[in-house]
Amino acid sequence: MPLDFAKPTPPSDDKRWKVVQATMRRNGNRHDALIETLHTVQESFGYLDDDALRYVAVALRVPLSRAYGVATFYHFFRLKPAGKHTCVICTGTACYIKGANQILDSIQQAYGVKPGETTADGQVSVLTARCLGACGLAAAVVYDGEVAGKQEAGAVLERLEKWVAP
Amino acid sequence: MTLEELLQRAAEEREKQAAFRHTIRVCVAAGCLSAGSDKVKAALQAEVEARGLKHTCQVKGVGCLGLCSVGPLIAVDDAYCRNVTPEDAGGIIDRLGDRPAERLYLSAEMPFFARQQKIVLENSGRIDPERIEDYIAADGYQALLYALHEMTPAEVIREVTESGLRGRGGAGYPTGLKWSTVAKADGGGQKYVICNADEGDPGAFMDRSVLESDPHRVIEGMAIAGYAVGANRGFIYVRAEYPLAIQRLRAAIRQAERAGLLGNEIGGTTFDFSIAVRLGAGAFVCGEETALMASIEGKRGQPRPRPPYPAESGLYGKPTLINNVETFANIAPIIRKGGAWFAAIGTEKSKGTKVFALAGDVQNTGLVEVPMGLTLRDVVFDIGGGIPNGGRFKAVQTGGPSGGCVPEQYLDMPVDYESLTKLGSIMGSGGMIVMADTACMVDVARYFMEFCMTESCGKCVPCRVGTAQMYGLLTRITKGLATAEDLQLLEDLCDMVRNTSLCGLGQSAPNPVSSTLRYFRDEYLAHIAGRTCPAGKCEMVADPEKEVA
Amino acid sequence: MANQNVKIVTLVIDGKDVSAQQGQTIMQVAREAGIYIPYMCHVEGLSNIGACRLCLVEVQGQRRLLPACTTEVAEGMVVTTNNERLRKYRQMIVEMMFAERNHVCAVCVSNGHCELQRVAQKLGVTHVRMPYLHPKLPFDASHERFILDHDRCILCTRCVRVCDEIEGAHTWDVRGRGTESRVIIDLDQPWGTSESCTGCGKCVNVCPTGALAEKGRATAEMTKKRQFLPYLTIMREEDWA
Ligand SMILES: Cc1cc2nc3c(=O)[nH]c(=O)nc-3n(C[C@H](O)[C@H](O)[C@H](O)COP(=O)(O)O)c2cc1C
Ligand code: FES
Repeated sequence: MPLDFAKPTPPSDDKRWKVVQATMRRNGNRHDALIETLHTVQESFGYLDDDALRYVAVALRVPLSRAYGVATFYHFFRLKPAGKHTCVICTGTACYIKGANQILDSIQQAYGVKPGETTADGQVSVLTARCLGACGLAAAVVYDGEVAGKQEAGAVLERLEKWVAP
Repeated sequence: MTLEELLQRAAEEREKQAAFRHTIRVCVAAGCLSAGSDKVKAALQAEVEARGLKHTCQVKGVGCLGLCSVGPLIAVDDAYCRNVTPEDAGGIIDRLGDRPAERLYLSAEMPFFARQQKIVLENSGRIDPERIEDYIAADGYQALLYALHEMTPAEVIREVTESGLRGRGGAGYPTGLKWSTVAKADGGGQKYVICNADEGDPGAFMDRSVLESDPHRVIEGMAIAGYAVGANRGFIYVRAEYPLAIQRLRAAIRQAERAGLLGNEIGGTTFDFSIAVRLGAGAFVCGEETALMASIEGKRGQPRPRPPYPAESGLYGKPTLINNVETFANIAPIIRKGGAWFAAIGTEKSKGTKVFALAGDVQNTGLVEVPMGLTLRDVVFDIGGGIPNGGRFKAVQTGGPSGGCVPEQYLDMPVDYESLTKLGSIMGSGGMIVMADTACMVDVARYFMEFCMTESCGKCVPCRVGTAQMYGLLTRITKGLATAEDLQLLEDLCDMVRNTSLCGLGQSAPNPVSSTLRYFRDEYLAHIAGRTCPAGKCEMVADPEKEVA
Repeated sequence: MANQNVKIVTLVIDGKDVSAQQGQTIMQVAREAGIYIPYMCHVEGLSNIGACRLCLVEVQGQRRLLPACTTEVAEGMVVTTNNERLRKYRQMIVEMMFAERNHVCAVCVSNGHCELQRVAQKLGVTHVRMPYLHPKLPFDASHERFILDHDRCILCTRCVRVCDEIEGAHTWDVRGRGTESRVIIDLDQPWGTSESCTGCGKCVNVCPTGALAEKGRATAEMTKKRQFLPYLTIMREEDWA
């Protein structure tokens, strides 16, 4: 079988693929750029789908299974689209001591979503992080990238109520 | 840039700063930022501008001032102000040169500030982390250029060895010894320096703070290391959860390159050194050195058996020096002031200072740097201000998921590598979580075991399955479903997982269980035999017979 | 032909003086000396990863136990491959392998010629003290000749390595981590739809359990052919017969 080293074409003509290609080029299209490239894909598209994984794998000449293995090993990578909003609950030690689990429980009770899941209306993804490094402010919760300290279940639910469709 | 030029620039910058009669430093590290310190800074700047004080009073964003629990924190000349809001700006400017309003005022004499000794954090909260000039004015990069011009690599290593510095990433391996091993290794022309900024311990934020507050210090330490061991490429592996640290680090690298302090022919010598940032992606195990290198190589972050050690065969199979952020942050001062100066601080076997992230049930949470050998009591009660709301102290956890809990009766032990190990805990990277008697120690052990279980890379059987089994047993205990045989099995598993796991994660995963079993066995027994949780935290299953069936 | 450059070292394994070439592993040398060390992730001819931890041995002067499959011999080494402590650890490891998924020998295609079963017998593991974790796992019969049964997989990754290192296809890898780990094909797709699988069957041959097997016309006829590929130079059990 002839080895096909032709450059693969991106899954779509979305301009964001240019950014992804730039990352690969900056790293010499070497296979050790896999993680860096996946970061760029996730930054650009919000998550990694099969098409993206296949494209990146072929472009960097990484076996498909390896690309998938890497993408699922690291919990920072998402294989499904996130909700419109994200709510990240820190589950570091200090936040645990200060009730992070109660926050998670109350969210699950109110909306039926577990960490890693998105509300049925696609509005909010509930995620957990292993210590945001804001232990001084435990319990910490990040709403759409904005860190809020000293959170309690009540305050979190109030905040989420504004996002979730009634 | 030559050493003369550097000194010249430092003098100029210092002169510029001295022209201001007042300096207001606003913490813009992640903790205070999340409390809105950027708005405070803007309000202060607007106020200064409006009153035409632009030339007498400077407002600058600085790194962590330490006392994160009462942020936003600012320093007006030498007085600290807590919980500052943008509305306070006018009043603060009104009282410039005077003591700030009582409601805001925090004395620099309070033990939290007064009992610290800062080496790693000497610039944190003093300089603007986004300006290389500020770092240079604080004697930055002098150690690097001095080393390049005036010292041989062997002399650099001798100085580091003499300092007695030990790795701050957890294990406390002598840094000088590690450097000399890498220096001696034959890399066929290629060696690497890696800075481990993965900081996965879920209760620690020292490294993040150093990177956010004083990124150039880490860069300088790495460059000196590169010179000492004969490496010309460096990597900083930072966890992706620290966007601000990453942004500041990248900016700092660009500034250093532009100033000729990184790149080719640094300081007019033949030494080349470049640094690239690599992002972690949410895997605690990638803090382990061989897993970290696999991750830089774009692979699943799974550790491999050592030997060979990274010093012989590391990144891309080449000799590699890997040190922690705080370790590198100690290097410049050691070169500037000498190994003997550093060795005079601390205890016989643990030299220098250690940065701790103090959190949990303690009055003053935040970042502290103390000389090695201070007692735990000093740290928790004097610096930390004790337990809030009249609570009772129960234990202090050090070393995170690899460490253990130290109970009240050992609070007078000095903080150093050997003492903490003797107590069944470890120094670790510096997370220190204080727990009041509302914490259930079985629940705490279960929390850490859950952490180890989900963070296990899954490569070796004892860690992958053993942590899951131990987690299951601990869950049974907290639910009141466990038997005496379960406890025996738990102890057998601790011994087995510790001794047979492939890497440090599994080898130390039993520590939180063993240490709580050692000091709080009665709590375990209360759950098992008495089916009660003394701390009132765990809910016992009402009908165990039904649950088991 | 004797290679002049090979250095010979002497060491002691279980009280026996043995000589070996530098660069050989403790596992290899022990085998040559007729000393059995249990193993599961190791296959002669493939890279060693030191993952199953069954082959851990004591080496005098070393604080930690070392895997025999990845540790190279050295002059004057004193190795203990079997004692009370090692036996206890090995038994627990085998128990954990059984308890992780759903190993029920009686209904397994590999019953009678399963390496896990055999090691368990050799180590005298008669019952499993630990609760079975019983995760819900799929069964993949989409390939025309082979089946993949995750319930029997112990994640030794022999299939991953043989496919990568010998066949050069790298069809297999592992997804997830910790107890969520699972061997996968390409983008975690049904085997039958794989683009990279050459159908060579090496993975099936190296699989120590019933996780990978050849299809028969009926389930009862599913078998595992144990003929070995030419590059896998050493037969596993027969050597110590
Ligand atoms: C599971 C695990 C996690 C680790 N995480 C970190 C970490 O986050 N940061 C760190 O500096 N070292 C970490 N280490 C220690 C490193 O493997 C290594 O010893 C250290 O980076 C060496 O630097 P030092 O000598 O300066 O301490 C970890 C080790 C293990 C086993
Ligand atoms: S055979 Fe050595 S660790 Fe598996």
